[in-house]
Amino acid sequence: MKKIAVIGGGVAGLEVSKQLLEANIPVTLIEQSSKIGGNIKNYAYLFPDFYNAEELLNSYHYLITDPNLQLLLNTEVAKIDFSKKTYNILTKDGISVPADAIVIATGYNTFDARLKEEFGYGIYENVITSVQLEQMFKNKEIKTPSGKIPERIGFIHCVGSRDAKVGNTYCSRLCCVTAIKQAIETKKFLPSAEIFCFYIDLRMYGLLFEDLYLSAQRDYNIQFVRGRLSEASEMLDKRILIKVEDTLIGKPLQMSADMIVLMVGMEASDFSKQFKYHNGLEVNEHGFFNPINPHNLRNLTSKDGIFLAGTAIGPMSVGETLDHARGTALSVLSFINAN
Amino acid sequence: MKTYFQYPFLIGMIFLFAFLIYLYVRWYTKLSKYDKVRFRKFWGTKKVWKAIYDSINDGLLHASIFKKNPVLGYMHMSLAFGWFLLIVIGHLEVVVATGGLNFPFYYAIFFRYFEPVHATTIAKIFAAVMDFLLLFILVGVALAITKRFYKKIFGMKHTTKLKPLDKVALYSLWAIFPLRLFAESCSAAVYQNGSFLTNTTGAWLGNIANSPVIYQGSWWLYSFALCFFFIALPFSRYMHIPTEIYYIFLRNAGIKTKKTWESYAQIQLYSCSRCGVCLDACQLYDAGISDVQSVYFLQFIRNKEDAEKPLFGCLICGRCQVECPVHLNLNDLRTALRIKASKPLTFSYSYTQKPEQQSADTIYFAGCMTHLTPGTKKSMAKIFDYVGEKVWFMDEDKSICCGRPLMLAGQYDSAAQLIEKNTELIKESGAKNLILSCPYCYKVFKEDYILPDINIKFHANYIKELIDQKKLPDSKLNITAIYHDPCELGRGMNIYQEPRDVIEHYSHRIPLQKSKDKDQALCCGAGLGGINLTGDAKNAMTHNAMTYFDKFNPDVLVTACPLCKKTFVSDRRIEVLDIAELVVKAIEQPNELKALPHREKSYAIS
Ligand SMILES: Cc1cc2nc3c(=O)[nH]c(=O)nc-3n(C[C@H](O)[C@H](O)[C@H](O)COP(=O)(O)OP(=O)(O)OC[C@H]3O[C@@H](n4cnc5c(N)ncnc54)[C@H](O)[C@@H]3O)c2cc1C
Ligand code: SF4
Ligand code: SF4
Ligand code: SF4
Ligand code: SF4
Repeated sequence: MKKIAVIGGGVAGLEVSKQLLEANIPVTLIEQSSKIGGNIKNYAYLFPDFYNAEELLNSYHYLITDPNLQLLLNTEVAKIDFSKKTYNILTKDGISVPADAIVIATGYNTFDARLKEEFGYGIYENVITSVQLEQMFKNKEIKTPSGKIPERIGFIHCVGSRDAKVGNTYCSRLCCVTAIKQAIETKKFLPSAEIFCFYIDLRMYGLLFEDLYLSAQRDYNIQFVRGRLSEASEMLDKRILIKVEDTLIGKPLQMSADMIVLMVGMEASDFSKQFKYHNGLEVNEHGFFNPINPHNLRNLTSKDGIFLAGTAIGPMSVGETLDHARGTALSVLSFINAN
Repeated sequence: MKTYFQYPFLIGMIFLFAFLIYLYVRWYTKLSKYDKVRFRKFWGTKKVWKAIYDSINDGLLHASIFKKNPVLGYMHMSLAFGWFLLIVIGHLEVVVATGGLNFPFYYAIFFRYFEPVHATTIAKIFAAVMDFLLLFILVGVALAITKRFYKKIFGMKHTTKLKPLDKVALYSLWAIFPLRLFAESCSAAVYQNGSFLTNTTGAWLGNIANSPVIYQGSWWLYSFALCFFFIALPFSRYMHIPTEIYYIFLRNAGIKTKKTWESYAQIQLYSCSRCGVCLDACQLYDAGISDVQSVYFLQFIRNKEDAEKPLFGCLICGRCQVECPVHLNLNDLRTALRIKASKPLTFSYSYTQKPEQQSADTIYFAGCMTHLTPGTKKSMAKIFDYVGEKVWFMDEDKSICCGRPLMLAGQYDSAAQLIEKNTELIKESGAKNLILSCPYCYKVFKEDYILPDINIKFHANYIKELIDQKKLPDSKLNITAIYHDPCELGRGMNIYQEPRDVIEHYSHRIPLQKSKDKDQALCCGAGLGGINLTGDAKNAMTHNAMTYFDKFNPDVLVTACPLCKKTFVSDRRIEVLDIAELVVKAIEQPNELKALPHREKSYAIS
């Protein structure tokens, strides 16, 4: 029997495992953290329909008891030894897992907002990230660290994306709609709050996204300002003073806010970024894994038996991730049948 | 017997002298009033000796090139110093032989022709010395020819490109000494008046030399080679020889490069020897840019070609200036030319909002770039708090730029408007100290603001003072740090030691190799001067510099410039801190060992 390993227990890794287990194929799933679920376990509700993320993850929980699944939690993969026909996965703690086929589903990291120092994250207490806001939604409480209910909140788009200065020139695709989703949710929480979104342009690529945008303006009175934040500073009362060039009216604009939310982008995982400096697998200039081509071979790498699933190849929504992961599971099945 | 072959030489010589005198006088008259006074007063001072020393050292011996590259140094030295000795000793020889000073000045140049037979011991010694000098130069010429074809032998990555008149001068220069050897060998063959070299080559020639066509012809050719060289010289790179000496004297007289392009700048332009040393110093080469370096930039200007690209496509990082053996003020030359080449911006700065006037003993001016690194700003505030310094944070929310970025872009008049506004604010505050955390600001405040009663301090120096006064604690962090010298602070303002002292006080500093440290420190790639540089070129430079630092595996990279900080941070491989942040880390968390937020995890991969 071929040995199959999946690296990464986010929704992509879980979906591939689920598909293979349903076909009676034993799987070793390796996850670095103490829980499965990946990034979405930090999020409350998902766009475009405010579906409960926890509910989605719960639908995978039954896998844990499947006798065909060997689940290795708290196990970080350090490298893969490609030198023999049966590959060898080596973990940080020195365990080695032999495998004939490996699915890489190591996902993404959110951008470390401290790198965009002029926005003051990590320096000013009322600058938070979209991930922290999700946590507030989960706790059902939106408050500043000093316990104040924010009256004016600014959402800052494209933090760590479309920004050559931090080395990321690509668009993360999901943060625009996430900002709108979060703005609406915030407004539902704090109906009297004033909410502003500062954007370069709005990338509403999904079918229902534009509707969400319309509803934000019409039903929730969220204001959209076209302009990129140039810098944020802290005022004496800890509110944040933001400086933006409003590119629609062509004037610089200054505004104070009780809290600003940085829409952090998606970056390649550390595991994939290492291949920028070391040989082994192909990554693109942004550090995401490169499939053989982005059309019909989107799940395969140039190495036989090494597959890709989910956001390890670039920003995707949950739905797209799951579709991609199912495709990967099919590729793995045909690999097993061919050998 | 009447001879005519000396005329080409004479014509060339007279032309060259007339031209040089004309230029020297013209340059002098175009110096500013004060510079003229400076230069006139200079002649009575001891500085003249320094100028003579520098002329011999750099103009003749080429000691600076020698130190950097012995083979290249020998080449330059043999041609300059060798030729110089040949002329001086040649004349001495004539004086001794004729027993007086009563001879035409071209006599010594063609001495073996005019005084063919000499049998005294002294004459033989002279002949031997002259042969030796000729050989010394010929080896240099051979090296020069080899260098053009095999530049690698000289350890240089790049050689300069040539223009037609450069070629005339170059080829005639190459020809002069072999032709002199040929002519003197003919004389030696006919009269046995040479020494070890010319007698030997003369013997090879044998009877051929007896033919009057060959004999006369050889001296005609030699004279023509000299003529061509002298006439082409003012229009070729070799103009640097007479200009450099002039430059050395002016420099020693204390004349400085101005913001406007004037005579002194023009003289420097012609003093460039096109040695190419600046090419190897420039990091842009490794980023794939090979046409903006100083030697090309100066060449473009001299040839009056479109110099937009080399003028605005360089970072003004100053690495090449440090290496330049002629000690040209390359950074200032570029800035002056940028000012000359830029159309003044027409908009007014009246819209700038002045901050509310306050009075204070000490002012902190963060500058627009420190505003982009609020970590530094906040750290400075904490340090002021800690030592109980009352400070007016002058540009806390309304800010007027210091003016330096405009100046680097060539917008001198616009910059002056901003300078005026800031000066007013500072003067009215009654402050005694002005503290800056951006080296760009620091340089402009020190050099272009007129604030005679105010002590202008860079934050690293201020912190160093506080440490010396025991106002800051001794709490060493257990981390290793590399210090990156910001171009504007190190090469720009000569501040090297204080930041090192501060870093060593609070962490363990890893020293870098000499070739990448202090005045040879790498540029981060984002210098404000790099106006026309592409993002790719800048990124490549940043990447190369970080790859170098990463080899030392430091815990943090410490710098003292907001621009360097922001640039290096984007690479992610090493955590980057401003020196003020390091200090605050040490004050606040003396026991915390390692906190590495930005560091990208590295995996060893087989
Ligand atoms: C702020 C934000 C909000 C979002 N909101 C929505 C939304 O509302 N709706 C929606 O459709 N999409 C949303 N997304 C996108 C969604 O998060 C992704 O589509 C989804 O999480 C991708 O899943 P994944 O499995 O590919 O990656 P991940 O979720 O990143 O999972 C990767 C897993 O691999 C593990 N791993 C990584 N490296 C190693 C290693 N070396 N060894 C072992 N394990 C490793 C990680 O620990 C992680 O568990 C949002 C994204 C962001 C940034
Ligand atoms: S999706 Fe929107 S916020 Fe995100 S990077 Fe693209 S444009 Fe910016
Ligand atoms: S600028 Fe200086 S280093 Fe460059 S070629 Fe001229 S003399 Fe040499
Ligand atoms: S100043 Fe720096 S970038 Fe410009 S030519 Fe010299 S070394 Fe190159
Ligand atoms: S350097 Fe510093 S950045 Fe800047 S204020 Fe002076 S300038 Fe403006």
